[in-house]
Amino acid sequence: MMSPTGNWTVEQPIVALHGVHKSFGSLEVLKGIDIDVMKGEVVCIIGPSGSGKSTLIRTINGLTPVSKGSVKVEGIEVHDAKLDKLALRRKVGIVFQQYNLFPHRTVLQNVMMAPLLVLRENRTEVEERARALLAKVKLKDKENAYPAELSGGQQQRVAIARSLCMRPDVMLFDEVTAALDPETVKEVLVTIRDLAMDGMTCMLVTHEMGFAREISDRVYFTDAGRIVESGPPSQIFETPQDPRTQEFLSKVL
Amino acid sequence: MTPNWTVSRLTWRAPVLAAGLCVLATLAAMAQDGSTGRPSALATLITWVPFILKGFGLNLVMSVLAMALATVSGVILGFMQISPVTLIRLPAKLVTNLFRNSPWLVILFAIMFLVPFQITLPGGDKVMVPDWLKATFGFSLPVMANVSEILRGAVASIPSGQWESAESLAFTRGQTLRHIILPQCIRRMLPPWMNWYALLTLMTPMAAILGVNEALGNTQAAMEAAGSRPEFLIPFYLFLMTIFFVVIYPISICTRRLEKRFATGS
Ligand SMILES: Nc1ncnc2c1ncn2[C@@H]1O[C@H](COP(=O)(O)OP(=O)(O)OP(=O)(O)O)[C@@H](O)[C@H]1O
Ligand SMILES: [Mg+2]
Repeated sequence: MMSPTGNWTVEQPIVALHGVHKSFGSLEVLKGIDIDVMKGEVVCIIGPSGSGKSTLIRTINGLTPVSKGSVKVEGIEVHDAKLDKLALRRKVGIVFQQYNLFPHRTVLQNVMMAPLLVLRENRTEVEERARALLAKVKLKDKENAYPAELSGGQQQRVAIARSLCMRPDVMLFDEVTAALDPETVKEVLVTIRDLAMDGMTCMLVTHEMGFAREISDRVYFTDAGRIVESGPPSQIFETPQDPRTQEFLSKVL
Repeated sequence: MTPNWTVSRLTWRAPVLAAGLCVLATLAAMAQDGSTGRPSALATLITWVPFILKGFGLNLVMSVLAMALATVSGVILGFMQISPVTLIRLPAKLVTNLFRNSPWLVILFAIMFLVPFQITLPGGDKVMVPDWLKATFGFSLPVMANVSEILRGAVASIPSGQWESAESLAFTRGQTLRHIILPQCIRRMLPPWMNWYALLTLMTPMAAILGVNEALGNTQAAMEAAGSRPEFLIPFYLFLMTIFFVVIYPISICTRRLEKRFATGS
């Protein structure tokens, strides 16, 4: 079990990656990643397509096993074979580019399902929490709709509420606005910003450079499986040091 | 392109076609009614209708029983096919592929001769296993294999994102299957499942070869008892085809309707 949170204290990183390597067969996708995130921090990962950003973020909740190195959440090794993965996943929420809502369930049911089934919490409490979260993502009036009846931006906000209903300590976002129309991108970004303002620890993979600049405490630029450069957004976006960062930014900005 | 138009067309078409076949059978019977001394072919048919229908009842009983058996065992086999444990998955794949790719008649004969005609109960009593029950078991095997494959295919057709998001929400594999994957599979499985029921029912007259007194066997027995006159052939067989048609055609309409609805629904 993961439960004894060991001797982790808030002065230590809540998420800590050290020397993380990942290969798919002979293809080495991550070549030694080091990232420390403190509780309440907002961290953005940017970089060209195929540089391993999704793979990186998926190692943090154990969806993708690492080949070498250590990933710790609240001081506990994620890739320990004896670890109760389910306990880890209760602490770490993730939202994907493709929303992945459960199409056969209503919005409210989507949000309530995991706390009811996995945490076995009391239905009235879960329902209250789910309704509050839906209000927070401004979808109060859609609770009885099915996912197919919602726009992409609305579906993505339901996906965020669904993750939050598990009361995670860390939220991961993997290009959550990449599949959205430009008009709906903003409503999702506002949701994430509110969440970050409330003190949630967030790690985002994003192509929204303006948003990354506005919201993050620190930005990581990745290329070909390595972190090329990291620092506060002002430094990365205004005075990038590495030529690869400069080239990437000149293309996307 | 409105689905409503097609559906209503199919709906009125069924009874009209069925009635048409009956009229055709009657006409054929009357046309051949030449001599006067003997009862006409149609009159003979009418005399024997209850006997043929009784046989047809057995076809329906066999098809329903075999389908029930095939569904239960096929679903279990299908689950085994998607097991992460190789030792469970491989045998299930073998059984599925074996029965999916064997001729029904061969399976039927094998079961007929492999299953003993009487079995001893744990108490020591001996019970006879009637031929129709053996045939039912034989019919259920190929359908079981196909149900297993339908389940495997439906599970595989669910996007991997569904598994990933359930996994990320800390669902166990069992919870994911039960609450996320299977509910989405059932609607995809229903049309092919109904299709297999129709096919199975159409195959049940094969049991006649093994001496089961179902509709085809009884029809042949009736014609023989009435004197084996050649003019019996068309009305008797047309009647037989009609009663199968009356049961199967509505099922295929339903299947098509469901397919259409699911195709447009999601
Ligand atoms: N399951 C997998 N099996 C094999 N190769 C994979 C797998 N997942 C990712 N890859 C490969 O790893 C590399 C990095 O993929 P990843 O999805 O992490 O990149 P990314 O930075 O998120 O890209 P994008 O910005 O396009 O989303 C790619 O070359 C990809 O083809
Ligand atoms: Mg990606």
